[in-house]
Amino acid sequence: MSYTVNHLKALESESIFILREVAAQFQNPAILFSGGKDSILVTYLAKKAFYPAAIPFPLVHVDTGHNFRETLEYRDKLVERLGAKLIVGSVQETIDGGRVAEEKGYNASRIRLQTTTLLDLIEKYRFDACIGGARRDEEKARAKERFFSHRDEFGQWDPKNQRPELWNLFNGRMHMGENFRIFPISNWTELDVWQYLAMEGIEMPSLYFSHKRRIFYRDGNWLAESPNIPMKPTERAEEMVVRFRTIGDITSTGATLSSASTLDDIIQEVAATRVTERGGRADDQRSETSMEDRKKEGYF
Amino acid sequence: MVDLITAKSNQYAEVEKFDSNSYLNMELLRFTTAGSVDDGKSTLIGRLLYDSKSIFEDQYEAVKATSEKRGEQYVNLALLTDGLKAEREQGITIDVAYRYFSTPKRKFIIADTPGHIQYTRNMVTGASTANLAIILIDARHGVVEQTRRHSIIASLLGIPHIAVCINKMDMVDYNQEVFEKIIEDYRDFATRLKTKDIHFIPVSALLGDNIVHRSENMKWYEGVTLLYLLETIHIASDINHIDLRFPVQYVIRPYSDEFHDYRGYAGRIASGVIRPGDKITVLPSGFTSKVKQVELDGKVLNEAFAPLSVTVLLEDDIDISRGDMLVRENNLPRQSQDIEAMVCWMSDKPLQLNGKYALKHTTKDVRAVIKEIKYKLDINSLHRITDAPCIGMNDIGRISLRTTAPICCDAYTKNRDTGSFILIDEGSNVTVGACMVID
Repeated sequence: MSYTVNHLKALESESIFILREVAAQFQNPAILFSGGKDSILVTYLAKKAFYPAAIPFPLVHVDTGHNFRETLEYRDKLVERLGAKLIVGSVQETIDGGRVAEEKGYNASRIRLQTTTLLDLIEKYRFDACIGGARRDEEKARAKERFFSHRDEFGQWDPKNQRPELWNLFNGRMHMGENFRIFPISNWTELDVWQYLAMEGIEMPSLYFSHKRRIFYRDGNWLAESPNIPMKPTERAEEMVVRFRTIGDITSTGATLSSASTLDDIIQEVAATRVTERGGRADDQRSETSMEDRKKEGYF
Repeated sequence: MVDLITAKSNQYAEVEKFDSNSYLNMELLRFTTAGSVDDGKSTLIGRLLYDSKSIFEDQYEAVKATSEKRGEQYVNLALLTDGLKAEREQGITIDVAYRYFSTPKRKFIIADTPGHIQYTRNMVTGASTANLAIILIDARHGVVEQTRRHSIIASLLGIPHIAVCINKMDMVDYNQEVFEKIIEDYRDFATRLKTKDIHFIPVSALLGDNIVHRSENMKWYEGVTLLYLLETIHIASDINHIDLRFPVQYVIRPYSDEFHDYRGYAGRIASGVIRPGDKITVLPSGFTSKVKQVELDGKVLNEAFAPLSVTVLLEDDIDISRGDMLVRENNLPRQSQDIEAMVCWMSDKPLQLNGKYALKHTTKDVRAVIKEIKYKLDINSLHRITDAPCIGMNDIGRISLRTTAPICCDAYTKNRDTGSFILIDEGSNVTVGACMVID
């Protein structure tokens, strides 16, 4: 018997350790569930970490109202199968309540507005730790993020003054009103995620696999035709074979022209690809530091 | 504008088909680098990332465009690793950044840290989980204060392997004598280090010599390239598979009809191996029992070993909670309230003699009082300052402390998990000290 562990098992062990630390150190944690592969992975790892007990965290979905139908179907099925508790926060309600104003114009998006809905939810349910599926390889501001990321009473991130994280010791102490964001899969790359999902045989939403869809081209991205995205007079949608590399709000999730129809095809494609996965995310292209700016305000 | 990266160096991009099963045998190697842009650290990382196809076109184009906009002569690869606005503005690395790349053999996690003495705490953070440290030496300057400091930190933090890269060999005409002289100087100094496995590689990160490809310019060098070393260095033995230490992290009680009497002790094995039938002792209570089952997610395991996260079931119902430790009865850790440790201080407020701090060790939380500050270490020379030592931000020193309850620890040199702990300021809740238990 050789005592070696492959990289996927090492990552799994680390993530499960983090999830169990959250259950032990916090009173009222929640998983932020977007319906994308990363939050599916986190949920799956949480099931593993606590089996045969139920996942000790509710799933929280910040719903922009601009969803792919497939995402909601998958979400509801998963929640039912795991016997998990689901809490939905609605950006539409935040807008209707006058807490935020809808962006205007062709590139209007509800990505930034999610922050207010999320912070309201944290206050309403008194969550002291929100577990997210962010990974450090996704984006340069996220490369600096801790596993246990401290947020002040306004939900803000202070990147220049983060707590040091040494060995496997995670400091979740805080004052009343503050909270933590927890990122158990920080050390996974996009390829690791897909390799693991394939190794474990986890069923994934159909949007990740190639399918026919009516899409149109705008600013370097292919966007899905949808009542949520007003099209310019010059834009024309056509049916193409596509898949999505990331799944988020429909208005800012770019499609990839791809014929990858199995997990193995996706691994091949990800291994060979030359563009980052958030390359198709209009929300990150707004400025060089748009992720850092959003995170400081309290974004995921 | 000079493009640092040439297409011909892009070896892995040309691999035709990714072998989707090979990843089941890939190991994980964590390494740390310390330094500033001038040392060529960012160029070295950029070269490793690019040559292993881990820099994407859109990232590279973005960095190239920013470099051009700033009127820089080279594509500034530091912009890839320096992610924060403040870092990009000032052109420095402030915080630890984590970078990822993989080759068909291994997955790598780089803890990329600043190198200046005022960021010692960040270097210590990056070093705490590393299997290997890359120490960069500028061939023109040889072993300097910073070389010694980075090596001392690597050694103190128990990094088992060091790769000394003598960089900028192109600026000294790829001269073998320069390389040999630097090795000699480094070896003289390294006799005082605890790290025993040290490798020397002459490189030019800028031009790619001996990073991924063997250098045409240094035929006299018969050793391996840096990437080859990273891919093949033996790390499986770095983990302690002898002394069982299982800190209980969480108790799983399903309270369901099906699993009514289930009581599972969840945790990550810090060291050693655990199997069903093993006789174990619970610390600090001293109760003994036998392992009934080791499992994860309902799958029963024949055995489990560090660093796996598992759930352990025992034959007897005994009182066990988070912070307890399962060990073998004939192989016990030290249990004590009086601890001797090296500390690296991480706060602007200096370490207070007689001060009280929260202490976090494995999954156990206690409080501690600082009884004595024995000395401060000059981390450029390892010289001990014993005359009224004050340990402030970024200082490393030796302390004695007393805890409110015994902790079950091992010497850091034997066990990085059970030999380390952090101190937390009870007012601000901030982590202020990183400590390593001394024999």
